[in-house]
Amino acid sequence: MSLSNEKKKEMFWIMLLSRRLDERAWVLHRQGKIAFHISGIGQEAAQVGAASAITKGKDWLVPYYRDLAMMIAMGMTPAEFLMSLFGKAAEPTSGARQMPSHFSLKRANIVSHSAPVATQSPHAAGIALGIKMDKSDQVVLTTIGEGATSQGEWYEAVNFAAVHTLPVVFLVENNQYAISVPQKLQMAVSGAAEKACGLGLEGIKVDGTQVFKVHQTVLDAVVKARQGEGPTVIEAEMYRLTPHSSDDDDRSYRTREEVERHKKKDPIILAKNHLLSEGLLSEEEYQTLEEKAKSQVDDAVKAAQQAPFPKGETAASPVYAQEVNHG
Amino acid sequence: MPVKVIMPKLGESVVEGTVTAWLKKEGQVIEEYEALLEVNTDKVDTEVPSPASGTLLKILVPEGETVEAGTILAWIGSPGEAIPDDDGDSQHDHEPHERPDSESITDEPLIKRPAGRDEDLGYISPVVARLAREKNIDLAKIKGTGMDGRITKKDILNHIKEQKGQAEVDVPIWETPADGDLFRPTEMVFAKSLAESTPATAAKPEALPGETLALTPIRKRIAAHMVESKQSAPHVTTVMEADMGAVSSHRQVAQAKAGQQEIHLTFTPYFLSAIISGLKAVPLANSSWTNEGIRLHKQINLGMAVALPSGGLIVPVIKNADERSLTGLARQVNDFALRARAGKLQPDEVQGGTFTLTNHGTKGSLFATPVINQPQSGILGTGIIQKRPVVINDAIAIRPMVYLSYTFDHRVLDGASADAFLAQVVHTLENWPAAIE
Amino acid sequence: MAEITLVEAVRQAMDEELGRDKKVFVIGEDVGVRGGVFRATVGLFEKYGDERVIDSPLAELTIVGVGIGAALYGKRPICEIQFADFIYPAFNQIISEAAKMFYRSNGDWSVPMVIRAPYGGGIGGGLYHSQSVEAFFTHVPGLKVVIPSNPYDAKGLLKSAVRDPNPVLFFEPKKGYRLIKGEVPDDEDYTVPIGPAKITRAGQDMSVFAYGMMHHYALQAAETVAKEGIDVEIVDLRTLYPVDRETILKSVRKTSKALIVHEDNLTGGYGAEVAATIAEWGFMDLDAPIRRLAGPDVPAVPFSHPMQGWFMVDADKIANAIRDLASF
Repeated sequence: MSLSNEKKKEMFWIMLLSRRLDERAWVLHRQGKIAFHISGIGQEAAQVGAASAITKGKDWLVPYYRDLAMMIAMGMTPAEFLMSLFGKAAEPTSGARQMPSHFSLKRANIVSHSAPVATQSPHAAGIALGIKMDKSDQVVLTTIGEGATSQGEWYEAVNFAAVHTLPVVFLVENNQYAISVPQKLQMAVSGAAEKACGLGLEGIKVDGTQVFKVHQTVLDAVVKARQGEGPTVIEAEMYRLTPHSSDDDDRSYRTREEVERHKKKDPIILAKNHLLSEGLLSEEEYQTLEEKAKSQVDDAVKAAQQAPFPKGETAASPVYAQEVNHG
Repeated sequence: MPVKVIMPKLGESVVEGTVTAWLKKEGQVIEEYEALLEVNTDKVDTEVPSPASGTLLKILVPEGETVEAGTILAWIGSPGEAIPDDDGDSQHDHEPHERPDSESITDEPLIKRPAGRDEDLGYISPVVARLAREKNIDLAKIKGTGMDGRITKKDILNHIKEQKGQAEVDVPIWETPADGDLFRPTEMVFAKSLAESTPATAAKPEALPGETLALTPIRKRIAAHMVESKQSAPHVTTVMEADMGAVSSHRQVAQAKAGQQEIHLTFTPYFLSAIISGLKAVPLANSSWTNEGIRLHKQINLGMAVALPSGGLIVPVIKNADERSLTGLARQVNDFALRARAGKLQPDEVQGGTFTLTNHGTKGSLFATPVINQPQSGILGTGIIQKRPVVINDAIAIRPMVYLSYTFDHRVLDGASADAFLAQVVHTLENWPAAIE
Repeated sequence: MAEITLVEAVRQAMDEELGRDKKVFVIGEDVGVRGGVFRATVGLFEKYGDERVIDSPLAELTIVGVGIGAALYGKRPICEIQFADFIYPAFNQIISEAAKMFYRSNGDWSVPMVIRAPYGGGIGGGLYHSQSVEAFFTHVPGLKVVIPSNPYDAKGLLKSAVRDPNPVLFFEPKKGYRLIKGEVPDDEDYTVPIGPAKITRAGQDMSVFAYGMMHHYALQAAETVAKEGIDVEIVDLRTLYPVDRETILKSVRKTSKALIVHEDNLTGGYGAEVAATIAEWGFMDLDAPIRRLAGPDVPAVPFSHPMQGWFMVDADKIANAIRDLASF
């Protein structure tokens, strides 16, 4: 099942929009307008490729904090993200209770996650367990960084999913660093995909800078899961082109040369070149998309800045869900 | 030297013992360690061996009696030997050696009383403090049964219950004897229930918007005086009205004469005269209550309340008022009024009164319940003199009328004697002789 | 009304909830064919199958983490932690995830789940089969913490817990599993609400606050001291979090003396919260210092019988504490 030209162009557009949005967040931080940003620059191909492999509104996504492009692909708007950066009441992940990029989007079956890493993985397995109990054909996609696969929680989640042949895809976005710690200090194996072998399920490594390759790999795993053939671990290899967060200075642990080298494999450039070479996109069309992205981000910033802050006292709730119909 | 036999301390927590049987009689010979008596305590029943060989000289505690550990039960010695009446230091010879140690431990209170003003009451817990405040209870009157004698919540609740129990005797009301007083002051009847119904958390006046006027010395004196009077004397006020027609007629004529002597003849001297007449008729009204008895005054010293321009009032006293004529009284009234308002009264001129007149009618007041000027036993208040229709011989007539409010100390006078006095005042006023032109 | 044991009440509650609502399932170690090491799930595997009575891997984090996921999906998991002592691997999931999910998603995602765990000592279980863990969780908004003391409450509260849209920690006094018996309605689908404490013995002289096994002992102690003329009121706290301050204060207002009993360690234990509640809002009702009787501040309950006896609070120790406070 190959992607349509329109679908490919749409995926590129999401990547481009996400990139410009992410860059704007850095600018706003350096302008002193927002307090914090954690970036996904360099990871757009894997995120958009994977998101486009599941069915929006039907399947489930249990993301982690670098998944901005994945969230945009799943229908979160730039204005919604920007409101979370500004801590505005109407941002949809948490009503501005959580820091930005701690995603959740109920309308898209995207589950809230926290900051302690890998805590989301068992949730993905649990959702998949529910799906299996209901004999539904939904699947769960969950993401994680390579560093967090060191957590027992990830192993336990993958193990449980494997034991019960659950419809879940564990996507590891291997961007080479856990803040400052490189992969070689996280694991002795070649990557997270190799870890899967020991847990009795398929582990696949894919070039995470190639959006359409990632898409196909994840799609295969999703189809497998939907057919009741169990979980897959997919490790998408890429490079984190920015520091860990707005508070990090990556010059202390990696050279500029290393970063520059990886910039040549920037997934946006790779995707653009792919579309240009296939004749799906012209330079003029690209410029139009750039202008459209800039204008959408501009508008989103404006809207987010104008949106009201929550009242302090609204922090008092909601602590407990009220009784619901037990039927 | 005789040796004493003591009640042993038979056990850690045992403080007393009962002599159940004497195994020897007085005069009998006994060997050391031979059983001398049997005792019974909370923990053990045992024989007590004799502490020495000799003759049982004297048994001090008979069978069946319970005494504290350490009490001397008997003496053993040589026949005819004198028994010491003071046990002196010898007692300690027989004390077990550990006694001083255990004493020093038990003397240490388990919970030390906090130092401070509650020393006498012991530890006062929050709930006891709160109940005492709410129910206005003097904690010193409650015996504590708690640890170290502290007053427990139960103690104070029992106390409250007992107090209520006294007030609320479960007897039908018609079987409750009355004291025959129709004029029981409301304060006496309702004081308790009023105090109880006043919420402990009643809003303080400071809580409302407004300003606080500083207390002048005279205000303070009046306040103290009034409160003292109300609290000490059961006040009763009786009111009669008087037709002032005769007085008015007399005054119209007499005023002109008086005016020649530069005397301003008001109604006050007439009222003073009438009071003098009343006090003479009922001497009990010219008296003071003392704890020894009712003091009947020889002199009639009449106080007259004078309102001060700066507020408050002062009561100069016309000494031996009964020795003065109407004009004499008028002169004194004028003088006092002037000097009172000028603040030029001498201290002795405001002392020694036996009865007081107050005119509350200047602004239209009809009758009042004046407060007795202690230590007097009565005060007469005069209302406004106004023309009112009255029935005289079945005909309606318009007469200048005044209400006379007489407040008396019910400890001294009863309704009958008080009304006799007031009736005499009325009679004097109404039957004032016509003036000689 | 049939008299059943506390553990049977727990079993019946799960049985009835599994039968009532298809969303309910049980997951834990040995809960399936074995029917639970304490036999709390006996017969459920046979009745509801391996998809609804799931033998989990030997991993507590998995039990709770997967349970949270299933709850997010819309299921009503009952997660069994075999001994409360083993709950700590799941601590992160309970505190970081279950407790905060509803709040952090501004009400979008709720976690309707129950975590059952037998707790408490006196059964020769040593350091790691005897712990009381409630105080770790009664500090955490978003969680509810329930400890029943008798079969009626165990069944009614557990059913309420299953139906509650929030994460409920349900700690069962394992020593009382078969020791404590009581009547439970035969067929009636009754529940006991989560929240209110219960005055289980009315008295005038002092209030004793307890829960679980200690409540059972407190009732025994109250009968003992009643013969000495001490009239004790017993409050079974039942729901530890959220706190039922109203009932606590109501009782203290009446008796003016408070003794709080738990077998968990003294310092920072649940009794501290009860004591603070009384001190803060009931101070003017107090006639004596607030007293706590609790396990000593040693790491856990030792194995050897005499040492276990030294650690454990029992009816005699409670009676002595009552006498002591009564004498004040």
